[in-house]
Amino acid sequence: MTSTQRSASAVPFPALETPGAWRLPYRGTVGMACLIIAESAIFTIFVVAYLYYVGKSLSGPMPRDVLEVPIFFTFVLLSSSLTIHLAQKALERGARGAFLGPWLATIGLGALFLYGTGREWQRLIDEHGLTLSTNLFGTTYYSLVGLHAFHVAVGLALMSLVALFALAGRVGRQHSARVGTLALYWHFVDAVWVVVFTVVYVIGR
Amino acid sequence: MGVMGWRQGRHARSGPLTVIALVAIGAFPAVAFIAWLFTAIGAAVPVAGGGHVPNIFAPASGHAKAIFDLSLFVLAVTGAIFAVVFGLIVCAILKFRRTEANAFREPPQVYGSTQIELAWTIVPVLIVLVLFLASARVIHGIQDAPEPPGAVDVTVVGHQFWWEFRYPGLGIVTANELHIPVSDPLRPRPTFLKLLSADTDHSFWIPELGGKTDLIPNRVNRMWLDPQRTGVFLGQCAQYCGTQHGKMLLRVVVDSPEGFEAWARGQQQPAMRDEQAAAGRRVFETTACINCHAVRGTAANGRFGPDLTHLMSRSTIASGAAWNTDESLRRWIEDPEAIKPGSLMPAMKLADADLNALVAYMRTLR
Amino acid sequence: MSSNAVAIPDARSESRPWVLALHDWVTTVDHKRLGILYVLYALLFLVIAGCEAMIIRIQLMFPHNAFVSPQVFNRMFTMHGTTMIFFVAVPVLLGFSNYLVPLMVGARDMAFPRLNAFSFWLTALGGLLLYFSLLGGNGLYGAGSAPDIGWWAYAPLALKAFSPGHSSDYWTISLIVSGFGTVGTAVNVIATILCMRCPGMHLGRMPLLVWLNLVMSGMLLIVMTPLTAAQLMLLVDRYLGGHFFDTQAGGSATLWMHFFWIFGHPEVYVLILPCFAFISEIVPVFSRKPMFGYPVMVAASVAIGFVSMSVWAHHMFTIGMNSYANSFFAITTMAVGVPTGIKMFNWIGTMWGGRIELKTPMLFAIGFLFQFLIAGLTGIMLAAAPFDWQLGLSYFVVAHFHYVIVGGILFALFGAFYYWYPKVTGRMMNETLGRWHFWLFVIGFHLCFDLMHIPGLLGMPRRIYTYEPGRGWDTLNLLVSLGAFVQAVAVLLFVANLVLSYFRGEKAGNDPWDAWTLEWSVSSPPPAYNFARIPTVASRRPLWDLKHAEDPDSRYE
Repeated sequence: MTSTQRSASAVPFPALETPGAWRLPYRGTVGMACLIIAESAIFTIFVVAYLYYVGKSLSGPMPRDVLEVPIFFTFVLLSSSLTIHLAQKALERGARGAFLGPWLATIGLGALFLYGTGREWQRLIDEHGLTLSTNLFGTTYYSLVGLHAFHVAVGLALMSLVALFALAGRVGRQHSARVGTLALYWHFVDAVWVVVFTVVYVIGR
Repeated sequence: MGVMGWRQGRHARSGPLTVIALVAIGAFPAVAFIAWLFTAIGAAVPVAGGGHVPNIFAPASGHAKAIFDLSLFVLAVTGAIFAVVFGLIVCAILKFRRTEANAFREPPQVYGSTQIELAWTIVPVLIVLVLFLASARVIHGIQDAPEPPGAVDVTVVGHQFWWEFRYPGLGIVTANELHIPVSDPLRPRPTFLKLLSADTDHSFWIPELGGKTDLIPNRVNRMWLDPQRTGVFLGQCAQYCGTQHGKMLLRVVVDSPEGFEAWARGQQQPAMRDEQAAAGRRVFETTACINCHAVRGTAANGRFGPDLTHLMSRSTIASGAAWNTDESLRRWIEDPEAIKPGSLMPAMKLADADLNALVAYMRTLR
Repeated sequence: MSSNAVAIPDARSESRPWVLALHDWVTTVDHKRLGILYVLYALLFLVIAGCEAMIIRIQLMFPHNAFVSPQVFNRMFTMHGTTMIFFVAVPVLLGFSNYLVPLMVGARDMAFPRLNAFSFWLTALGGLLLYFSLLGGNGLYGAGSAPDIGWWAYAPLALKAFSPGHSSDYWTISLIVSGFGTVGTAVNVIATILCMRCPGMHLGRMPLLVWLNLVMSGMLLIVMTPLTAAQLMLLVDRYLGGHFFDTQAGGSATLWMHFFWIFGHPEVYVLILPCFAFISEIVPVFSRKPMFGYPVMVAASVAIGFVSMSVWAHHMFTIGMNSYANSFFAITTMAVGVPTGIKMFNWIGTMWGGRIELKTPMLFAIGFLFQFLIAGLTGIMLAAAPFDWQLGLSYFVVAHFHYVIVGGILFALFGAFYYWYPKVTGRMMNETLGRWHFWLFVIGFHLCFDLMHIPGLLGMPRRIYTYEPGRGWDTLNLLVSLGAFVQAVAVLLFVANLVLSYFRGEKAGNDPWDAWTLEWSVSSPPPAYNFARIPTVASRRPLWDLKHAEDPDSRYE
């Protein structure tokens, strides 16, 4: 048997039938999609725990007694998906100005949502005495909503980083794919909120 | 490099000796298992103190026999699969190994065959269906069996590291050794167990009487036993529950109907009151013993540890960790760590005189 | 094609200060170096966890043995299981993936090299954290040390009430940390495979190793993360007063079981799929035939990935689920045996009509086929739920899964070592030592794990630090322990072979096995950039096409 003692580059591989036609997906999108799938699994487990324990608390405040449906803050978060989409489209066109405005709006809306969550928690703790250790509802509620809020916070941190670079004039059209990856993450965070909202405020009450 | 083995790296000998060795090694587990199986099935080797070598292939109850029958069927099917596939592997190696004759020709490059693929997909699917149907029948037969009137009800509570047995219908509370009546297949009198746990997970397993079921806190499990011969059957906790999981042993005594009645009547009595052991009873009642243990008919009403009302009716102490003798009883009270390190019984640190009196008192709890 | 011969300096001829070389290795983002780091890390922990196994087996040699206390024994089996799964099996397999996947798809590196390095170091940190528990686990109560809750850490045993001290926290946190590393690598592998294949390599032309790594990584994304979620919940219970698994507050112990096994069962398929990959590369080359039924192999691998997600509660047949649930999991567990069996038949079909070369990699592959067959069949026995009510939680199960992991995974790994060592180091491993390793290990393995099934049939449960004499378990346990010693000697021979061959092995050249996938087209070891020019492929066996230009694969498939 001939052993192929060739130097690394001299192996005569065949040419591609139609060169230029070989196009594969952008790795940033694939990577972020994988991360989203993994994170969805984590959220699914917390959602399953939440649903399993609905109605099983032995004591303490029950959801329907203390939960107020956060319509306004949900609207805030979901519209931030719209603003980030506008920002991303603007960047793809190369319109830096039209990018920065909606981008900062997204951050503002996200921060507003976190403020709303914080305010709700403060009300639950101070007025109703519901903490993580109060009962099963407290444990599962704070864990699920808290996990989501954590993901919002991480998204805000990353978006702020991009905003800093944009304010310094360093973000241009060539970064639109990477910014798009972050936007994908943000859409995921919003989609998770839709699920959490349904589970906690619709089904769980 | 003259070290043996490296120069000939590319041209290893693949002679007949290698192949024979491969086949021999391959056949060893099969032969060993089959040989052992023939000796083990039905084997009931007595152990000292009464009891058998536990053996899932020596069923002593209807429940265990149903599982045994299924297991024989499964073994037969898997054995046949093994024989066929093992045979194919051996044939392939023997027939198609590299020899001097074919050393320099590449064999025909076959890429696949749809018919063959279909064949070896469909046959396994059918096998799976058959095995599943056989299993499902036994699953439902065992799990969904209704409780007949006259069945004995026992509540089993698992503790770290002992078993509590309560007979709600008979007003009996005992520990570690379960007495149940034999169940005639024609007029069944099974024992239905309700399984609870006071702390962590445990599992109740007597191989000859049936499959195991776990005891899980905040959950009620049920199982039943219908032993078809009298005797002592051994088992132990099968779900890791902490330090002394290994010595949380089980003893099930299957009595004749009369034997069971007699035992139950004895257990229903309050503790015997023997004036000669009054000193020991005083030690028992004034030390911390009564915080954990109960002796019916006295002030002792603790539920954390085993009920000692009829301690002397049991063959072992410490959930099977030691025989129920004077000496081991004394050692258990004095230094539990010597017998069962990590158990939750504290060393009582009694003076010798008190210890002797206490043991003498325990000996009266028949 | 012009031949631009590039002079590749031999890395070993450079005489750099060792500090700089060490710095290169610590800061590397090269997938090949990270692969080697993963494998070396795993080998170190293999030896450590092997010592833990020896301690267990010495304690169990005789009834009422007092070699170690029950507390130490419980830590040993916890650490042995946790280390072997998370810090031996996962890293060594990810190491091979890291090394081979970019080479096999014709890429220069993974999709995200820095994420690659980060993932490795996270995994490494996890292992160190777990073992730091021996020092730091004591906590405030003086209780603790290494975790002793079993590698499943069932609640409520894992809660603060029953596990004071910090030992359980080290278990939890070290696995969360290394879990992130594992998911990072999975993301990397998927992105590399989907986005960086060389021109001409459609998904249907990828080597089976690449396919199996794609399925494995996809599984990892949704399998590793439930464990992370459950462990976060456990931390909430232990530190924030939560009640996820607190049965006193209405919580459920079985919920932990479901979450754990939703991770735990697919995890073992995650571990076996790369081993199927190794066998799928080795068997064709040493039978001198292409893989029989490549499309079916791909379909079976994907099917295994999906079906294995639905079988988890076969670990819970004894917890008192109702008969419908038990029946469901019984049939899904049996069903996953069908695609697995198909793969088995396809490997045999590859050997059939070939020209089998019984060199060391092939010896281990044959050992794998035989032992995986038996392991699969004992798995079918366990899938029949009533049979599992007897066999479960006993030494039969311990024997079954060691048959899969040692007899299957480890054998495939040994084969992979002997097969790809020449590529990684440029030297052949010693064939004589390899045969000694193989036969000694086979004898030790069968002595240990064949006999281990029997105490399970005789009622010996798992995780017991000692047992009563006269139950029929005494002699069997003694022989099992002797088998463990024999295996340990064989592993030491293997390590010796690895080390000695590095310095004195015969030079391998590019393609010592006359194989057909892209990694054999570059030098051994490959240059840092893998390919000077990205190759273009027209079939599944690009090197076969080159060597047999008169009869290329591209004509047939």
